Amino acid sequence: MQLLLKYRTQAFLLLALLVSFVVSQASDNIDGYVLQIMLVAGINIILAVSLNLVNGHTGQFSLGHAGFMGVGAYMSAAVSVEMGPSILGLLGGPSTLSHGVTFVIALLVGGLCAAVCGWMVGVPSLRLRGDYLAIVTLGFNEIIRVVFQNTSSSGPFGGALGMRGIPDYSTFFWVFGIAAICIYVVASMVNSTYGRGFLAVRDDEVASESMGVNTVRYKVVAFVLGAFFAGLAGGLYAHLFGAIDPKGFGFLKSVDIIIMVILGGMGSTLGVVVAAIGLTALNEQLRDAEKFRMIVFSILLIVMMIVRPQGLLPVTFEKKRRKSA
Amino acid sequence: MSSVLELNDVSIQFGGLRAVGGLTFSIQPGELVGLIGPNGAGKTTVFNLITGVYQPTSGSIKFGGVSVPGHKPHQITKLGIARTFQNIRLFSSLSVFDNVRTAKMMHLQHGIAHSLFRGPAFLDEEAMIENEVFDLLDIFDLGKEASTPCKSLCYGDQRRLEIVRALATKPKLLLLDEPAAGMNPTEKEELMHLIQFIKDKFQISVLLVEHDMKVVMGICQRIAVLEYGVKIAEGTPAEIQSNPKVIAAYLGTEDGKGPLDA
Repeated sequence: MQLLLKYRTQAFLLLALLVSFVVSQASDNIDGYVLQIMLVAGINIILAVSLNLVNGHTGQFSLGHAGFMGVGAYMSAAVSVEMGPSILGLLGGPSTLSHGVTFVIALLVGGLCAAVCGWMVGVPSLRLRGDYLAIVTLGFNEIIRVVFQNTSSSGPFGGALGMRGIPDYSTFFWVFGIAAICIYVVASMVNSTYGRGFLAVRDDEVASESMGVNTVRYKVVAFVLGAFFAGLAGGLYAHLFGAIDPKGFGFLKSVDIIIMVILGGMGSTLGVVVAAIGLTALNEQLRDAEKFRMIVFSILLIVMMIVRPQGLLPVTFEKKRRKSA
Repeated sequence: MSSVLELNDVSIQFGGLRAVGGLTFSIQPGELVGLIGPNGAGKTTVFNLITGVYQPTSGSIKFGGVSVPGHKPHQITKLGIARTFQNIRLFSSLSVFDNVRTAKMMHLQHGIAHSLFRGPAFLDEEAMIENEVFDLLDIFDLGKEASTPCKSLCYGDQRRLEIVRALATKPKLLLLDEPAAGMNPTEKEELMHLIQFIKDKFQISVLLVEHDMKVVMGICQRIAVLEYGVKIAEGTPAEIQSNPKVIAAYLGTEDGKGPLDA
């Protein structure tokens, strides 16, 4: 029991993985429409929590998260479409296991490619602050979209038409398992002495440096890790809908994720998770009134800024008392 | 005895402005040195040169034999120089405890991977840091405020917390930039005791930039005076008080000319 208390964070992660596995096994009993929305919510959780590491915890305003998601989606889809059959063949034909292995490889390739992009964008642009950084990341987002849009329509990425026929590997287990890992990674990293560096960078870079915090390193870690999880989310997205096109990873998608982070409370992992679920559900409710969607979201943001600028569930201060030795 | 910090003919030029010119100056181990001068004399610039925020245009800065220029500020902190700021720069969204804990970060044996796996080594290290932080907070009577958001501390406590945070990096040299600014006479009195206490308890050298003459004259063993980026005098408090150049720099001369007009 003491052991369980000591390692409760890991225990929570295992529990979350177990629950998502069990639910996944029973997912045939869930209404298809509801299941799909749940999976989209799960992907949005990954996107919002990983963006929160960059925007909320580290205070680097990135407007390009959908770009990293797009890289992950395209690269992982390319792996499972182009190389999938040979991987399956190597593993002795289609089975649950070989599909799983293919999917993991595809996701990792997508995530790592996104992480490399995160590093490439991060290193030069981290000399910039505030608005300037936002513009650079926005530019990166557009570059990614335009690059995929202008690939040959007969090539693997399909140009403006996008890719289709991507195997539907994204089950409840994969989506929520990875969401759980993402939450675990971000939360446990930030809630450590090492992780206080992210918050220090957000609050005051000059003071951070003079306290021995390598601010550049922290910013790069945040960017790369955020991009990696965005890439995984992209891979899950591609293998959920079976078809992707460049328009889905544009600026508006980035804004959607940012709204989740701001509504949930910058730097609050739980708040951001709640906001991601809530906004996904709201989005579905507004499906019939598509035209008004952005208006509703904007009004929601404005009202929130007036009524509760700190976000839905703002960060609270951990009670610290000296433990008797 | 070799000096802790040695500045040799250090200059820095911002465009056409020579903010500090040919400054030569050293601090011995365990010494409390004051750096004074009228507004805009370049005192904070000297701090920024020592801590690597600015790179000198010419001259050398050595800390314990290591050349400081070329190092990034966070590397210089690791060498053993800690500072506070003229206008308080705490991590405003963090608690008192976390402000100090952040400064402990650079002593971590384990990095990012350990914070993810949270194994026994990580938990032990976190517990150890927690103890060290509390020990430090208790010395300065801030232990009971550990969970308080730092921005809701009163002004004097915020100043004190900034000093505690700097001490948490385990420095050999502490740079204090106008610690008495905005304090009332009682607080200034306490601050003087505090600085003395820190110097003795932690066995460190202190370089103090301060406008309040009572504080500077009261505690410093040696004082250097800057005007227009040039050192015009150096000596004990008594010597400085009677130095005509210093008096001229602060009060002007009878014929209305500054010391550099001559």
